[in-house]
Amino acid sequence: MEIKDQNRRDFLKWFGAAVGGVWAFTSRAFAARGEDEQVQARGKHRWGMVIDLDRCTGCQACVVACSVENNQMLGGPEEAALGRVIRWLKILPRTEAEGSHIRQSLVPMPCQQCEDPPCTRVCPTSATFMNPEGIVGQVYDRCIGCRYCVNACPYTCKFFNWGEPQWPKETQTPFNPDVSVRYKGVVEKCLFCHQRLQRAKDKAREEGRKIEEGDYVTACQAACPAQAIVFGDLNDPESEVSRLALSHRSFKMLEELGTKPKVIYLREG
Amino acid sequence: MSETTSDVEAEVLIPLAEKPGRGFWTAALALSVVFLGGILAWSWQIKSGLRVTGLGVPEFWGIYIINFVFFIGISHAGTLISAILRITRAPWRRSFTRIAEMITVTSLPFAATCVIVDLGRPDRLFNVLLYPHLTSPILWDILCISTYMVMSCLYFYIALVPDMALCRDRLSRHGLGMTPIYRWLALGWKGTVKEKRLHHSLMTVLSVVLLALVISVHTNVGFIFGMTNKPGWHSAAIGPYFVIGAALQGLGALSAIVVAVRYFFHLEHWITEDHFNALRKFFLALACFWMYYTCVEYLTTFYGRHVPEMAIFWAKLTGPFRLSFWAMLVLCFCVPFALLITRRGPLVLKLLFAGLSANVGMWLERYSIIVPPGASPYLSWGTPPYSPSWVEWTITAGWFAGFILLFMLFTRIFPLLTVWEMKAPACHVCGTVFEEIAAEEKEG
Repeated sequence: MEIKDQNRRDFLKWFGAAVGGVWAFTSRAFAARGEDEQVQARGKHRWGMVIDLDRCTGCQACVVACSVENNQMLGGPEEAALGRVIRWLKILPRTEAEGSHIRQSLVPMPCQQCEDPPCTRVCPTSATFMNPEGIVGQVYDRCIGCRYCVNACPYTCKFFNWGEPQWPKETQTPFNPDVSVRYKGVVEKCLFCHQRLQRAKDKAREEGRKIEEGDYVTACQAACPAQAIVFGDLNDPESEVSRLALSHRSFKMLEELGTKPKVIYLREG
Repeated sequence: MSETTSDVEAEVLIPLAEKPGRGFWTAALALSVVFLGGILAWSWQIKSGLRVTGLGVPEFWGIYIINFVFFIGISHAGTLISAILRITRAPWRRSFTRIAEMITVTSLPFAATCVIVDLGRPDRLFNVLLYPHLTSPILWDILCISTYMVMSCLYFYIALVPDMALCRDRLSRHGLGMTPIYRWLALGWKGTVKEKRLHHSLMTVLSVVLLALVISVHTNVGFIFGMTNKPGWHSAAIGPYFVIGAALQGLGALSAIVVAVRYFFHLEHWITEDHFNALRKFFLALACFWMYYTCVEYLTTFYGRHVPEMAIFWAKLTGPFRLSFWAMLVLCFCVPFALLITRRGPLVLKLLFAGLSANVGMWLERYSIIVPPGASPYLSWGTPPYSPSWVEWTITAGWFAGFILLFMLFTRIFPLLTVWEMKAPACHVCGTVFEEIAAEEKEG
């Protein structure tokens, strides 16, 4: 009888410990998720971008501005041959054919900043996530480099550091101090120049006002000579970006996948 | 009856008692060299990053992931044979159970490490447990596979305890220095009625648990692909398709390894043609089942006419991946089917070839599932063809060598047949255990 009691007590002890362990683990996993959703509901701004393909000349100034602003690797011919050069904003060549009519077009493609991102869903460590203002972020220090998010992104707009990124000496001094430099083995992506949002917010706070249209400008927008890129708050009905988003020319890339991109294109007229 | 019993014991213990010959040491040395080569290649990869692989945009996953699915598939040999057949009390399983469980235990470490090799930051592996994200299939997979690993080791060990006692009692004279280890592993097993009862019920419970785990593990491995919206991966059938594929491959691996073990250790008396015939039928059924799933998968895609899916469909059937696709069909289905449809001919040899063919075929199947969809994403950025680098091949060769090496070492440490199960006189082991117990109880 004594032995039995001992066994039961032992069993209860172990069982309790096991249940506690499982509870601690799952509550942690759920808590991370719940927080995400609460914060999302609170967010005031919904940053979005409109790219007018009718204005775009395909000059690639945006590509250069983006890589300089965000300390992207320079890359050489060998890396380019394997598609390993990292450019958060790329120009996608598109061919549309209808009967004997063939039309070539160039589409500047940053991260589409999906409202329902397929990449954040599959990340095992929440290293990629959506912030309260709808920007899909990436925590480099948490990323394990499994490349699951890269595979899940239908736009192929996430990038993996296959090796330690290299820069010639000359280009190392003017690194943008607001943007962390990535290292081998982690994934990176377009963050809508999030550092510029921080700066705009700080400035607005100093001046004791709310953030206004034009305070927060992305590097690609600032560089575009044809003013094809418009950036702003989709939650503000007065903003230019919300007005343009309603244009009869507007469309979203691969809209049928249900990812709800916050980058909106205007068809060529 | 007692004569046969002692025969089993004597013959099974020969590989454990004898000092291994020169052939064994040569093979072990060669395999160790290849395995070390793999480790060195991995170290090189850790130092330089994944740029030493042939991967790039848009082919993000390559042969490391293929090898991962492949080793998980091999590991299904053990659990499938011993758990399913123990539950259904199929009498012919008894000659295969130990070898099958050994395959599981020796292949799983290599499966798990394949994923770590694929990581960009293997040093941060534990972030998955520190910052778990419940919606990620990778998290489900890690939980499933680690549970499966622990449970199958436990299963292997518990089935081993009575045989460890046998080794402890019979091998004490040989002085290879293993006796203390056997004594420790035997947990003081005496073979009393109470012990046998406990052992029997433990084995039954574990069989059922493992059966559930086997299905969940490979379904989850399929989910990694199925839960993305990538054309060619996103399919409801992929979970069960992976389970069937793994079962086919596992049985193939088991057939080939059993033939080899039987030849090297002269177990012809215990693993007979009748046993192989039962294996043949099971193998044949699984090959047909796999073919059925393949047809379902490709026909559905073909009739769906979804543009990005069709691009991959044609790339596999007539495009750049046609060679691996048709080779897969021939090796996974045609060859095993043609070899195993009748019993006529050299059965053992036929099973060896069918087993090897199914394994090569299943490696190509994973290649056909993982690589072609990677090459054609929704938006085309220009696709340099993926060809694995020497680092990837060296690590692959190293991991296969490591698996064979570990298995070889196991054959010299643990009995190759489940002696306590073979000793049971009639076919239905579960029945006989209780008859025996009842008889002993009456006497007592």
